[in-house]
Amino acid sequence: MSGAREAVARISEDVVTREGTPAASAPAGRASAGWKVLPIVEGLVLLIALVLPWVLQDYLTVFATRVVILALFALSFDLVWGYAGIMSFGQALFFGAAGYGVALMARDLNVTSILLILPAGALIGLTASLLLGGFLLLGRYPSSVIFVSLGTLTGSYAADRLARGWYYLGGQNGIPSIPPLTLGSYEFEEGPVYYYMVLGILVVVYLLCRFLVRSQFGLALAGLRENEQRIAFFGYKAQHLKAIIFAIGGTIAGLAGSLYAFHEGFVWPNMLGVVFSTQVVLYVLFGGSGTLIGAVIGTVIIEGVSFWLSDNYRDIWPIILGVLLLLVIMFRPLGLISFVLGERERVGSFGKAPKKESGNAAP
Amino acid sequence: MPLLEASGISKVFGKLTALDGAALTVGENEFHGLIGPNGSGKSTLMKCVAGAEVPTTGKVSFINSDITAFTPTERARAGMSLKFQITSVLPTLTLYDNILLALQAQCSLFDLVLSRTRRKLHDQVMTMLTQFRLADRAHDAAAALSHGQQQWLEIAMALAGKPRLLLLDEPTGGMSLEERRVTGELLQPIKQHCSLVIVEHDLDFIRDICDRLTVLDQGKVLASGTVAEIQANKSVQEIYLRRA
Repeated sequence: MSGAREAVARISEDVVTREGTPAASAPAGRASAGWKVLPIVEGLVLLIALVLPWVLQDYLTVFATRVVILALFALSFDLVWGYAGIMSFGQALFFGAAGYGVALMARDLNVTSILLILPAGALIGLTASLLLGGFLLLGRYPSSVIFVSLGTLTGSYAADRLARGWYYLGGQNGIPSIPPLTLGSYEFEEGPVYYYMVLGILVVVYLLCRFLVRSQFGLALAGLRENEQRIAFFGYKAQHLKAIIFAIGGTIAGLAGSLYAFHEGFVWPNMLGVVFSTQVVLYVLFGGSGTLIGAVIGTVIIEGVSFWLSDNYRDIWPIILGVLLLLVIMFRPLGLISFVLGERERVGSFGKAPKKESGNAAP
Repeated sequence: MPLLEASGISKVFGKLTALDGAALTVGENEFHGLIGPNGSGKSTLMKCVAGAEVPTTGKVSFINSDITAFTPTERARAGMSLKFQITSVLPTLTLYDNILLALQAQCSLFDLVLSRTRRKLHDQVMTMLTQFRLADRAHDAAAALSHGQQQWLEIAMALAGKPRLLLLDEPTGGMSLEERRVTGELLQPIKQHCSLVIVEHDLDFIRDICDRLTVLDQGKVLASGTVAEIQANKSVQEIYLRRA
């Protein structure tokens, strides 16, 4: 055995003398092409959103308002799934619970002030997601994806059934004729004003999310998504991170749900249930999970295309839409956004631009 | 008082007894090799120490406290770090971000959300990358590294939290001879502040780098002592010859 050992030692000395220091030959970090695509896409989407009410007929502006609210809802799911890797199949639970909550405030307490309704909606979403998230995510050991997805799905389904059977909540019919949202004596009616109001909220929430996912917290989320066990060994409290992001997602979903309830003027059990929960999953997968703008684009395109298809192909439009979705998910698992966005930019870089080093790395 | 003391560790998987009363003692600033034939329970003992497995019986003490029931997170916070046998760098993140992720693990949530430690940690990230000869690839995705480089990145990440004890499960697995030699070089300087437990098949590597060895066979400790003592030990020679 010792003979072999000496032979090995000799060989390794040879290698050393011939090659010198290893692994120094790699090229310096290449500046990835197209690093700036994301802001351009975001700017374009915002620009289009801003001019939309001028070019659309009134009934289409109402439709666009609904889409903007759903995009807000999609952001909430994207944070939870796309950024933290928590498969929430019950995101509508928070959306619908807030919708029902604010509808009851309007019906029973005559509260319609936007200054109370929106915080209340967000708070309902937060509370519901803290409760469900605490139960599903805060075990001593990490909970499996299956457990969380079934748990959230069950929560959403149960809430749907509960609302259908509960007379106080209007049963199958939900709560109709919610009065308009108010600010002082001003009433937000459907149309451009409501549109710009929700667009403003979407932009603010979007920017907050953007700040969050690009922070060091966002890096921790990336670690969580990629390898939860690994980051636990670094000393991260992975379950806490998950519960926090789940609660933030729930808050945003609650905000969206309360805007939706007042915009539509009624709430109904579907808002809590599987229909809306799966719809939001599709928005995000279609547009590109793990990018905030992907969630927005996915919502706009799916809603836009279904609107157009249902007008023009009255009978078979769900089939066309289904095939389209399937194609994207099969051939573009990273969503439509991956047509224009490279891997590096999609995942992001969290280290500050390296001024102190050679300066030839990413800008 | 030793840094790490595991005693009477048994681990039973169904009908298989992987460990049967094994023990491991590691002192401050000691490089300790854990060797033995395939299936002797090296990796299982390592996992019981690291918290990836819970031992069926036995006790693990680390810096004077009983950590047997600690989760991996709690162990990491107590100053223990683990490099996995299968490299688990985060492939889509850059090298820089991989290290930063490891370094910032114990920052408060508030600091993370406001990115308040990003600037402060920059120099440390670059120092680690330079130390492990990866600085010129700081902004490449980790997936683009060679296998050996990924192992180094992984060791760098495991060291980022300034652990008192680093557990290395087969650090040179799949490496070329040259990469093995460099790995040994890279590990030497950490002795000043950190103890090491290494599970490794490459006995030359172990002999070069370790101060003490523990030999496992069929889930039991066959011998434990300095490298010279182990090399002179008859029964150790026997099991290696028997299976060679």
